[in-house]
Amino acid sequence: MKLIPTGSQTVGPYLHVGLTWLTTQDIAGTAGGRRIRISGRITDADGVAVPDALVEVWQANPQGKYAHPADKQDKPVDSAFKGWGRCPTDKDGVFEFTTLKPGAVPGPGNSLQAPHLAVTIFMRGQLKHLFTRMYFPDEAANADDPILNFVDDKARRDTLIARKDGEGRYSWDVVLQGRNETVFFDC
Amino acid sequence: MVDVIGYRREAPGTQPAHLFPGYASTVKRAPSQSLIKIPHTLTEVTGPLFGHDRIGPNDADLTKQGKGEPIGERMILSGRVLDEDGKPVPDTLVELWQCNSAGRYHHPVDQHNAPLDPNFTGAGRIVTNGKGEYRFVTIRPGEYPWRNHYNAWRPAHIHLSLFGPAYVTRLVTQMYFPGDPLLPLDPIFNSVADAVARDRLISSFDIETTIPEQALGYKFDIVLRGRAATPMVD
Repeated sequence: MKLIPTGSQTVGPYLHVGLTWLTTQDIAGTAGGRRIRISGRITDADGVAVPDALVEVWQANPQGKYAHPADKQDKPVDSAFKGWGRCPTDKDGVFEFTTLKPGAVPGPGNSLQAPHLAVTIFMRGQLKHLFTRMYFPDEAANADDPILNFVDDKARRDTLIARKDGEGRYSWDVVLQGRNETVFFDC
Repeated sequence: MVDVIGYRREAPGTQPAHLFPGYASTVKRAPSQSLIKIPHTLTEVTGPLFGHDRIGPNDADLTKQGKGEPIGERMILSGRVLDEDGKPVPDTLVELWQCNSAGRYHHPVDQHNAPLDPNFTGAGRIVTNGKGEYRFVTIRPGEYPWRNHYNAWRPAHIHLSLFGPAYVTRLVTQMYFPGDPLLPLDPIFNSVADAVARDRLISSFDIETTIPEQALGYKFDIVLRGRAATPMVD
């Protein structure tokens, strides 16, 4: 039997009714380790802030292991760290998370992926969600990251890399369309 | 080396495009550059899991969340969450939201001139059982106007959000009702080009799950992306 996956439809403007009960801006929770703060702003083709988006984050723990049975790596797990966050944007289009910096995780073949957050973005005006990633600016491993290297244009690749805003603070803006448009993935 | 079995890619026309000018809000919010196709790595084939402990006693019964009974026609929405091979997806979170029977959301942005119902917030959630089944008790949502084009009305619909087993199986969709005369006019529904895929967004009336003297039953099975047959070679 082969079924067609159900079609995606927009979350619409009232997504908060059903989705903000699970808002999780503190991804670190009770897990041990040094906190980092990541914030950013989502803007549209006109540079206007998007106040009705929802951002979800999926990441590995600081040792580079995902809290999921498909990750069979022999690496330590802290059961308090789930690696998932959800944050609606505020009236200024801003989202913010507190988390632990992820470790490097295996990529295709023998490659290693630089520390990154997988980011999913939902909003009114998007019939299906957008997949992107956020990488860290102070990582030599970015140069060899197999996913970053799918983005040939250096300027475009840089849209996936956060800015350092101080000790343990990163900012990463998402531009939906136009100048400095963020790279989105088909995955 | 970690071998990862990825998920299948969509068949043409079965999912909406990002830019669909009939739905005006996509024009400024859809990417203009092509998406960059990437292989599925450990990042994409893992994803958040939510246990049954996240669900409260009345979370799946939207008629029991207020002090009194909400106004409107009670209905049962039930179905299965499956993958592309028809295999049930057990223990996965399903989030639901909708407007009330008068066509108004319990949300500050919704200023439609229709009454709010103090006994209906329109939010529900459940985790599928071992057979991938879910079941909500709710009120049939009303149609409501929106400003996408002249005299635009959304067909009655219920929003559903699902996770599935992996980051790439995430799905947010809307379930519609059979025979709704607004469906042919709705750009969001019609953004799915393939007619068979589009019709899968419509629930079916079901006498088996209809409760005598109490509530009409509607069935809606939800299909998430399935595993590719062989490990990805990229």
